[in-house]
Amino acid sequence: MRKLIGLLLLGAFAFYLVSLMPSVFSPQSRDHLETVGKPIIESAEQVSGSANVVTAIVVQYRGLDTLGEVTVLFVSALGVALLASSLKDRVFRSMFADDDGGFILQTGGRILLPFIVLIGVYIVAHGHLSPGGGFPGGVLIATAIFILLLTGQVSAMPHGLLNLLETLAGLGFIGLGALGFMGDNPSFLTNVLPKGQFMTLFSAGFIPFIYAMVGIKVASELTTVVSSLTEEGDAGTPKENHR
Amino acid sequence: MISVPQVLYITSFLLILIGLYGVLTQRNLIRIVIALNVADSGINLLLVTLGYVDGGRVPIFTPGVQGAHMVDPVPQALVLTSIVIGFGVTALMLTLVMRIFAQRGTIDASRLRGLKW
Repeated sequence: MRKLIGLLLLGAFAFYLVSLMPSVFSPQSRDHLETVGKPIIESAEQVSGSANVVTAIVVQYRGLDTLGEVTVLFVSALGVALLASSLKDRVFRSMFADDDGGFILQTGGRILLPFIVLIGVYIVAHGHLSPGGGFPGGVLIATAIFILLLTGQVSAMPHGLLNLLETLAGLGFIGLGALGFMGDNPSFLTNVLPKGQFMTLFSAGFIPFIYAMVGIKVASELTTVVSSLTEEGDAGTPKENHR
Repeated sequence: MISVPQVLYITSFLLILIGLYGVLTQRNLIRIVIALNVADSGINLLLVTLGYVDGGRVPIFTPGVQGAHMVDPVPQALVLTSIVIGFGVTALMLTLVMRIFAQRGTIDASRLRGLKW
């Protein structure tokens, strides 16, 4: 019965989806842009100096939106930490506390760790030149820290340091955006730094700096999420869990 | 002849529908979360496909390549946002599932009052 109702609802939704887009049935596709993407591509070099147009949109054209996105990530990390704080030692403790991950993960993790961090930093630093940027780079850096957690080399994260990093990165984002008020066309998140040579590492004004802030923020938030799910409760005070 | 965007449209529709079907019919809460993720990737694929241009290149200027025949960069930037939000929502959902398991001892939606239909 449940499956039948599900299929009926899905059929209605599929009809709606397909009727929204009649272009699904015509094999022709566009051969040139007519949307807002066209003026953005044409003005990207002038306005932002970033060779990667997606990065130019994310950081410059829609920079305020990215600030909101980072805030959403922060709120979700906060929610996870809040909701997981009461069940730390019940669900995941048995999985992580007594498991060192085995020989291969231990040795391989030790060798790979610096390279993973290096690639993460590379991707963050080259966000305006190649695919990538603060978000994927930050995730990569956080992955290196997950290896530490999985192999049991680190059992408790320095939460104070993580919170400090996250706060500083957020403030740095807003501060770099506020630099825009010093230009001759004062508004938030306007580039006032020199743009440099197009398509080289030192270019695109404030975009690499903002992406570095985003990278630090994403890495510390992801680490907070995972560590708040895997860490044991307060080690010094064994809690009575009889209910 | 089926063109590239048609294949991508159909794939993304199928992913969205499979995900929603999973949400409607599955009983295990973790499977519901996974189904939502499948639908999420379908939506991301649909958004990127909307910006497709015939023979367009990736919207990155590279030395030595002349002309600006690129796909639409705006949907890609939006999908970047969408992926990040999807991650946040998934992390929060899984934490809620963990909480439900700790409190009720089950993640079967049909045995949780208020979650069955």
